[in-house]
Amino acid sequence: MFRTALRNLLAHKTRLMMTALAVLLGTAFVSGTLVFSDSVGGAYRDRLSKSLDDVAVSVTTGGPSTDPKEQATALDDAMVKRIAALPGVASVRPSVSGMPMIADRHGDPVGGDWGSDGDNYVPGKDGKDSRYPLVKGRGPAAEGEIALDAKTAAKAGVTLGGTVRLAVDGPVIDKKLVGIVKTDNPRVSAGAGLALFDTATAQKLFGKPGEFTELAVSATPGTDQTALTAKVRATLPKTFEARSGQELAATQAKMIDEQTSSIRKTLLIFAGISLFVGVFIIANTFTMLIAQRTREIALLRAVGASRRQVVRSVLIEAGLLGLIASALGFVLGIGVATGLHPVLNGTGASLPDGPLVITPSAVLSALGVGVVVTVLAAWLPSRKAARIAPVEALASVEAAPAPRSLVLRNSLGAALTALGVGVMLYVTRFKDSGGINYAMAGSALTLAGLIVLAPLLSRPLVRLFGRLAIRLHGVSGKLARENALRNPRRTAATASALMIGLTLITGLTVGAVSADRGMSTMGAPDMTADYKVSSTSYLGLSPEIARTLAGQPGVAAAVPLRSAGFQTDTSPGSVTATDVRALGKVLDVTVTGGSLADVRGTTAVAVSDKFAKEHRLTVGSTLPMAFYDGKKATPRVVAVYKDTDILSSVLAAPALVDPHQEKVRDSQVLVKAAPGKAGDLAEKIKETLGKNPLIKVQSQDDLRRHEAGSIDDILYLMYGLLGMAVVIAVVGVVNTLAMSVFERTREIGMLRAIGLDRREVKRMVRLESVMIAMFGAVLGVGAGVFLAWSTGHLLRSSFPQYEMVVPWGRIAVFLLLALAVGVLAAVWPARRAAKLDTLEAIGAQ
Amino acid sequence: MSHTAAYAVPRSPAGGAVAARATGLSKVYGQGETRVAALDSVSVEFRRAEFTAIMGPSGSGKSTLMHCMAGLDSISSGSARIGDVELGSLGDRQLTRLRRDRVGFVFQAFNLLPTLSALENITLPLDIAGRQADPEWLQRIVTTLGLSGRLAHRPSQLSGGQQQRVAVARALTAKPEIVFADEPTGNLDSRSGAELLGFLRESVQALRQTIVMVTHDPVAASYADRVVFLADGRIVDEIHAPTADAVLDRMKAFDAKGRTN
Repeated sequence: MFRTALRNLLAHKTRLMMTALAVLLGTAFVSGTLVFSDSVGGAYRDRLSKSLDDVAVSVTTGGPSTDPKEQATALDDAMVKRIAALPGVASVRPSVSGMPMIADRHGDPVGGDWGSDGDNYVPGKDGKDSRYPLVKGRGPAAEGEIALDAKTAAKAGVTLGGTVRLAVDGPVIDKKLVGIVKTDNPRVSAGAGLALFDTATAQKLFGKPGEFTELAVSATPGTDQTALTAKVRATLPKTFEARSGQELAATQAKMIDEQTSSIRKTLLIFAGISLFVGVFIIANTFTMLIAQRTREIALLRAVGASRRQVVRSVLIEAGLLGLIASALGFVLGIGVATGLHPVLNGTGASLPDGPLVITPSAVLSALGVGVVVTVLAAWLPSRKAARIAPVEALASVEAAPAPRSLVLRNSLGAALTALGVGVMLYVTRFKDSGGINYAMAGSALTLAGLIVLAPLLSRPLVRLFGRLAIRLHGVSGKLARENALRNPRRTAATASALMIGLTLITGLTVGAVSADRGMSTMGAPDMTADYKVSSTSYLGLSPEIARTLAGQPGVAAAVPLRSAGFQTDTSPGSVTATDVRALGKVLDVTVTGGSLADVRGTTAVAVSDKFAKEHRLTVGSTLPMAFYDGKKATPRVVAVYKDTDILSSVLAAPALVDPHQEKVRDSQVLVKAAPGKAGDLAEKIKETLGKNPLIKVQSQDDLRRHEAGSIDDILYLMYGLLGMAVVIAVVGVVNTLAMSVFERTREIGMLRAIGLDRREVKRMVRLESVMIAMFGAVLGVGAGVFLAWSTGHLLRSSFPQYEMVVPWGRIAVFLLLALAVGVLAAVWPARRAAKLDTLEAIGAQ
Repeated sequence: MSHTAAYAVPRSPAGGAVAARATGLSKVYGQGETRVAALDSVSVEFRRAEFTAIMGPSGSGKSTLMHCMAGLDSISSGSARIGDVELGSLGDRQLTRLRRDRVGFVFQAFNLLPTLSALENITLPLDIAGRQADPEWLQRIVTTLGLSGRLAHRPSQLSGGQQQRVAVARALTAKPEIVFADEPTGNLDSRSGAELLGFLRESVQALRQTIVMVTHDPVAASYADRVVFLADGRIVDEIHAPTADAVLDRMKAFDAKGRTN
């Protein structure tokens, strides 16, 4: 039977080509994902092991302490000396790190959202820092000096001897570039910038003079890391943390694995969708092959092959096909892995470069998945092969098998669809993500139901398209319609593949466009200020900036908002500190009780209505607040305001909050322009603040666009990932058409003989293709809109501005694309049909 | 009886106009060593409202002659005309149009589109041409062929004989100048076959159609007005008003000659 299977495979090479392509594309996606995530993980790990190469123990200050006695000690020179004196310690590298923002040519921060890493340059005995090998120049040694890595220098547009502009949490500082270094820092290879300073300068910028943020202890050869870590820990105050290099590497490796596995999972979901779409094509092909081979199989049965042997032969054929296609798919997958890197980086994810990592498990999974999917998809058709009776070998040629009844299938499909729709309608009664599992189950059921029901649905829809086609193209339209209706199962399976892709695409589009609309109404509607000035780093803005802005001509008001964390009796909270009397100039606060004017000093606060409800507060009650410096306050609630995105849930005067902060920093400054001066104020503000890379000035429009932009990026990424499923569906349409043309060779010959010319033959195939594609597209778009509508209800509580929008324009584009897909898929089969030699086709010669 | 010489020059028509005519028609396959002449300078006329049978052993070129005359196959040399149209000068699209408008076909099998009803199959050539069927003519054909009750049926619901009658109806419905039938009874039992041949005969007599039928069955040939015999790509004989026995005798004679050659 193996030989029969192999022979069959070889005999039907061309007919199996499209099926192989479908499997190939699916496995290419899977293996591409696996190779890609292995490579990214490998690259991270590689960088990491290099950067932790000679770190035996790492000492950090740990979290802020609540015990004032321990607060006194810091990672200072004395501590360095104490640790360096321990036996087994080779050296101690004290680092002071932070996150400076380095300005590029336009005054924007280098490294985008990643920002830059700042560190101190610690010259060893030879005057060089082994962690940062110099490429050019020398290490920074004085306050006005800086070293960068080559990429950062290029982005900042500075060469050796030039001036680097940067900011940490205040105004712009100028430093002279004295050296270019190399680094193994994984963040930097991922896209962040790197800046090095001499230790004293770094301490001034990022911490306190004489204090370090981390001590990297290296051990003498032959010293046990764990033992040394224990020894180091024993010399430290309790709050400090000492971790061995191994431990550190393990923690970071775990983080990397989590990160890469989340990318891997997301991609595998899409790869899975592609494979699932491929299942329809494989099943379709084997069904057709078996129908075409009925006599052959009957002959095998007649000469003594058992049903089991027939089934096995079909499955072996599928398995071989799967194996060959997935092997090719794996090769293509390596290409996909190489290509994914720039694609994902292009959408904002910054992934390190590194060699491709091809693990045996990736190879085995890709091949395994390819073979299993192909064999499973061929399983149902193989049952059909088993049902072929030996006597059919003797039957006359003409006896086409009577179409099997669809009653059972239709009832099952109707039941599944009804159940799915029912569940989705139930989902609309949820207001939050509690219904997400129902939504997923309901969507799956609805789709499954539609797939099962598709042969029934194909009749009215194809008839409808047929009416149009006949009006436009006459007889070739009619023939196309009849061909599309001839085998509803085949048409349905082909269209289903396309339907799945379009359901997802439409659903995501409706969701994204609706969210976009919601956000655009959101923006910051209560902000009456013209601009929001905020920091690109998490450190916030120095209060000096608000003062500078307030004195700026053209500025009517510049109100700084500070936020700080605190703890209530039960939960953590966040408080906004600001000059409440000035707040009205930049923000429309709706007060529902009490008066905001009473919020002043250290004893009065206002709370949002939501917070008040959650904590059962009213005007007059007291709010116990524990700040992170360990001090407590119990201010009185004097006002309640309507919850807004700009303010935290508690509003207080700076007098209450500032004393508890290590450094007072504004999280944002809201700027109201003087009448008529709003136009070019943004530029002027940036100018005034010295084109500080730390400063972000956003108008109302910018704020809206920022939110919407990120949604669009994700949507386009999804389109790209779902594109593969659509491509496979197109391959499926090509496959079906090519097989149909092959099956109808004699018919086409007859049509040619009685007067259908080549052009009309082509048109007939093309119209059939378009009808199948449009059928799939209409079902997909309909299902997508419905599922998006019902699932959208889950956002009602967390995203009240979300408003269902049906993007008719885009839907029209999808349908047009489906039309184009139909035309495109038909190119090759139509040409084949038109090229058929009439005489050969009618079987004369 | 001499062979080619007698037929090299077409005789003046005995009666009626000529519907189709071959003059020195040759069809050659392959080149050099593998060169095979399927038709070797054949000249023959098919007169209007005449039922001609083409007979000959397999490989004699009878199907090739039909394909060349019907515009299904190209001509190597000589001339083939339907009415006043020279087929050799036509391109694929013009040939297709010619077949559509002026030629009818009945094949041995696979005559009908399974997706269309009997009536739709019958009017298919007219649909392709974008023309309307002449209802009176259609009615007459359908009645003559005994298909009145079967028009809404799909081919799979018809017997083999009925399917072939639908094919004949389709061939006649556009009032073609000539109908070519390739072994139309090849797949039928003898009763259905006889019935179908009766209808073909009838359509020549009653509807004044021109029919050229390729067959190897002497009984089928006996329904024709004239039988043309082919061997090795040449016309070797002709019988008018044949009987099955006369045809059989003539064929036996060829067979014997073939063996002695």
